[in-house]
Amino acid sequence: MAITQPNNIAELKNVLEVALLTSHEPLSLDDMTRLFAERMERATLRMLLDELKQDWAERTMELVQVASGYRFQARMEYATFLARLNPEKQSKYSRAVMETLAIIAYRQPVTRGDIEEIRGVAVNPNVMRQLQERDWIDVVGQREVPGRPSLYATTKHFLDDLNLRSLSELPPMDDFAQQEIPLDT
Amino acid sequence: MQTQFTLDARIHGETITEIPHDLYIPPDALEVYLEAFEGPLDLLLYLIRKHNLDILDIPMADLTRQYMQYVEKMRAIKLELAGDYLLMSAMLIEIKSRMLLPKPAEIESEDDPRAELVRRLMEYEAIKLAAQRLDEMPKVGEDILVASAYYQHISEIKPPEVSLDDLAEAWRNVLKRASHFKHHKVSRAELSVREHMSIILRRLKTDKLVEFSDLFDVMQDGIPKLVVCFLAILELAREGLLRITQQAAFSPIYVQINGTD
Repeated sequence: MAITQPNNIAELKNVLEVALLTSHEPLSLDDMTRLFAERMERATLRMLLDELKQDWAERTMELVQVASGYRFQARMEYATFLARLNPEKQSKYSRAVMETLAIIAYRQPVTRGDIEEIRGVAVNPNVMRQLQERDWIDVVGQREVPGRPSLYATTKHFLDDLNLRSLSELPPMDDFAQQEIPLDT
Repeated sequence: MQTQFTLDARIHGETITEIPHDLYIPPDALEVYLEAFEGPLDLLLYLIRKHNLDILDIPMADLTRQYMQYVEKMRAIKLELAGDYLLMSAMLIEIKSRMLLPKPAEIESEDDPRAELVRRLMEYEAIKLAAQRLDEMPKVGEDILVASAYYQHISEIKPPEVSLDDLAEAWRNVLKRASHFKHHKVSRAELSVREHMSIILRRLKTDKLVEFSDLFDVMQDGIPKLVVCFLAILELAREGLLRITQQAAFSPIYVQINGTD
């Protein structure tokens, strides 16, 4: 018989579990409240999700929270096995792409000019296109200077793909500060 | 700058073991170095960090002369990138010339002309390391595989909401439409197959043998009536009440009551 209104914690968790397992995109708390006909408090939802996370603690999948919401994903230690199912080699992004992405991630919102200033070379339009096609960056506005250049920022999708909930989870910029370049002549 | 640097690069199959002295890149090797370095900042950073190059110890005049030749050769290939390197050497020349000039006492407190370059180099270095770290981070589709159990997507069918106004509006429309139809009352012709079966049988009783086409009054009857008439003939034949005969192909078809001669 179909469960129309779950009335205990186990059933509520089952509903959340099946929704998360079958969703292709992370589910937000708002998405999950829609699963239930009756009003569901966000605090209750968080509590249930915490329990669900615990329930899966010893399993091959884990429940994680990323920028757009919650999702189930394979535990990282199985990646090497799963990779054998898709033997084609993942192409790497060029250094230009990764450096441009890093500048946008850490200094956003930035214009092309800002990126050129930091890297010391002109921005290749191809680089921006690759990042936009991946839906990792987008235009969030224009800087009010002559030419009104576009301001770029990273997207939620970028955070999702890097398993992050917010930009604050990126490695802090201080980690990358190197020793001073000596100026003595 | 007598140090010999090693670099794993090849041009036309020959291994290059010497990193460019200073900032000069032989035009032939350009493509290779462009791949190895992301630009003049990257190259400068490499020289400073790995080989303790003093940024002031670069022979600027030679370098500039070389750069000009290099830009000439680059014109057809990648002028834009040549420009980036040229800008860098111009900046270094400016710095060096400012360092060489005696400083008037009143601007003693002026910032070291190299400070801005150093700031840029260090910022670039931090970004470069950040980019490496981002590259190493697990990403969806590479190290992160998202669960996706199969599910036949169906949508919940919600009955549409109806308000009292909707209902009243619908009723008004019904009334309006009904008034349109008032003058179009069509008296339904009673065209039952059974009725036609009787008509045909009655006719054959008197006429005995009738040509098939004569059973249809094409001038008088509409299509529905003709169809009903045909159905009636078929039905009579099925029930074995009619005998339908034809002597040869395309010759007239005759209908008569079964059992008569």
